[in-house]
Amino acid sequence: MNTSRRHLVQAIGAFGAASATGIPLDLRAASPLTVGVLYVGPRDDFGYNQAQAQAAAAMKKLPNVKVVEEEKVPETVAVQKSMEAMINQDKAALIFATSFGYFDPHMLKVAEKYPKVRFAHCGGLWTAGKHPANTGSYFGYIDGAQYVAGVVAGGMSKTKKLGFVAAKPIPQVLRNINAFTMGARSVDPSITTRVIFTGDWSLPVKEAEATNSLIDQGVDVVTCHVDGPKVVIETAEKRGIMSSGYHASQAALAPKGYLTGAEWDWSTPYKQLITAALEDKPMINFLRGGLAEGFVKMSPYGPSVTAAARKPADAALAQLKAGKFAIFKGPLKDNKGDVVIAAGKALEMTDVELEKMDYLVEGVVGAIPG
Amino acid sequence: MNLASARASSLRFAGAVAVGLLIFGGFVGAIGKSPLEVYTTIFEGGFASAFSWQNTLLRAAPLILTGLAVAIPAQAGLMVIGAEGALVLGGLATAAWAAHVPGPALIVQVLALGAGVCAGGVWLGLTGLLRARRGLNETICSLLLSYIAIAVFNFLVEGVLRDPASLNKPSTLPINDAVMIGSMPGMDIHWGLAIGIACALVAQVVLSRTTWGFALRITGGNQRVARLAGLPVTLLLVAACAAGGAAAGLAGGIEVLAVHGSANASLIAGYGYTGILVAFLARQQPLGCVPIAVLLGGIGAAGSLLQRRMDLPDATTLVLQGILFICILAADSISFRVRRKSPAVAPTVVANPEPGAAAVEIAPVPSLRGRAGVAAE
Repeated sequence: MNTSRRHLVQAIGAFGAASATGIPLDLRAASPLTVGVLYVGPRDDFGYNQAQAQAAAAMKKLPNVKVVEEEKVPETVAVQKSMEAMINQDKAALIFATSFGYFDPHMLKVAEKYPKVRFAHCGGLWTAGKHPANTGSYFGYIDGAQYVAGVVAGGMSKTKKLGFVAAKPIPQVLRNINAFTMGARSVDPSITTRVIFTGDWSLPVKEAEATNSLIDQGVDVVTCHVDGPKVVIETAEKRGIMSSGYHASQAALAPKGYLTGAEWDWSTPYKQLITAALEDKPMINFLRGGLAEGFVKMSPYGPSVTAAARKPADAALAQLKAGKFAIFKGPLKDNKGDVVIAAGKALEMTDVELEKMDYLVEGVVGAIPG
Repeated sequence: MNLASARASSLRFAGAVAVGLLIFGGFVGAIGKSPLEVYTTIFEGGFASAFSWQNTLLRAAPLILTGLAVAIPAQAGLMVIGAEGALVLGGLATAAWAAHVPGPALIVQVLALGAGVCAGGVWLGLTGLLRARRGLNETICSLLLSYIAIAVFNFLVEGVLRDPASLNKPSTLPINDAVMIGSMPGMDIHWGLAIGIACALVAQVVLSRTTWGFALRITGGNQRVARLAGLPVTLLLVAACAAGGAAAGLAGGIEVLAVHGSANASLIAGYGYTGILVAFLARQQPLGCVPIAVLLGGIGAAGSLLQRRMDLPDATTLVLQGILFICILAADSISFRVRRKSPAVAPTVVANPEPGAAAVEIAPVPSLRGRAGVAAE
């Protein structure tokens, strides 16, 4: 009896001594980093949200990373509450707010409340001194990819008329329309792009009507800048014309007519932000890149793309990837005849002047509403 | 509504919710998830902790007012579903006033919300006028006016009232922080919740305890009788619609002043359409809109947790809402049939009426159950 009680006391003492010498009994160091991702629409929309979801899915494969996702979160208090719920209930340490409208005031409000949690916004609005240090923006320059897509479309078009279904006439959208047109016209200067603005990011009926209207006008390649290109691509395929994708690859929807597409590759910024969180490095506040940095990519060529169309596209892609090509350089005229970029001036991809674009270049048939 | 019938109807409501949850559990089991886990997740997400209650109540705040926007005209016999249009125009009016008209903070808040109330009231009042003077179907009219309102909203926000600094997301000028509606003390919920509950109380009192409310309900029960009794039917119809529009406009104004800080496309979040659901589930009773709004807020909050914890798609929340909606409405109609068939004997649930029996539906006055036919999206 005495012996066993002494042994017991000895064992407890040994245990206590072992803890005191720092044998790791605390398992918290091995717990995974929980990342929360919020989408404004469904994850399988073949568009903007799917591109983000593909990156999130890639991040799930990283060791020590757990991803919780919530889709169809509207840009109202619901997103604030969802973010707080991810932090409180799921212990998320890094939140990806993927929709543009989540930033102000929603993400900023929650970020002030939880200074230890990192918040990454897809949009590129972060300004030093104005926004808290635990927030950051990531975005990509996709106009380079749209330029290459334009080159392919220009090489494949027989009617020399391209179509563009656009949502709202904001600078990002105008930049894409212009880049696509300029890419096509670099192959054949007689090509024109007809643009229709539907008015909002997700209006399936209007997008179908716009696509049909463009096709009726003689367009034989159509592309778009809307949240979910699914309707535009499917309508084009049904009517037998070619299409160029956007946000993510819609090749599955148009097996015959899909040429290529301008896609986001969000896994690049996601990986950088998650690595910074895992290694406890400061939050990266501003992440931007284009084709060269791997933030955007091209969809693989569709089966109908001819070798003759691929050649100039591959050449343009190589130049853009090397960072040696400025798409917007003077002399550049808009479709009303005014000079918008003077001769001799070249605007780099990162130039802030391009973020304020408010014109449509020569060769675009259409006008900015309002 | 006496105490016994109130108790019976709340029991009926609770029973319907329980049956709905059971059916939902069956649906969830069929897709391979554990129903028990789903129930606990719903409770945890919506109603278990202080955090989830705040989540629920915050989501419920605008729904009370948009529910009133449908319930008040319904008491006058009108099925008006254009709350979304009144909401966005009310929000735009509030944003424009608060950003451009200077003054001390409280005065600006009150006047801006007043502008929102007027804008919403005028918009739905137009529906009432068209219905009363020209006989236009108010359901179609209000829905189409709602689309027009959204188009006007977009046109103004992206055009004349646009903040030049808002390049990628067209918005009106941002409102000064001092003018924004803050949170209630001790909670994370803005004052809009209290305003909504107060409006529901006022509406219920006016409708049930004043002569104006009584006149409105008579008009709702039987317009011809009301006219014969000498009531100003046109005025009452327009006033009912305007009051509903005012509630929706107030909801829009509160959204702008408490959440967004400016008017932009995020305001068009479907609160007006959810308000239709709220009013129907509350059987068009203004005070009933409050617990129903809390229920729907809770489902929204729970849906958020369901998505994250159990990897269920967002549509699951809509399925839950739909099942509950059907169960609650079915419970009403089943119980009504039961009470009519056997008034003195213990009620047995009669599933089908005898074949060939002419269903003589004598609608009791003033009840709108028979009118609960149009279910909007």
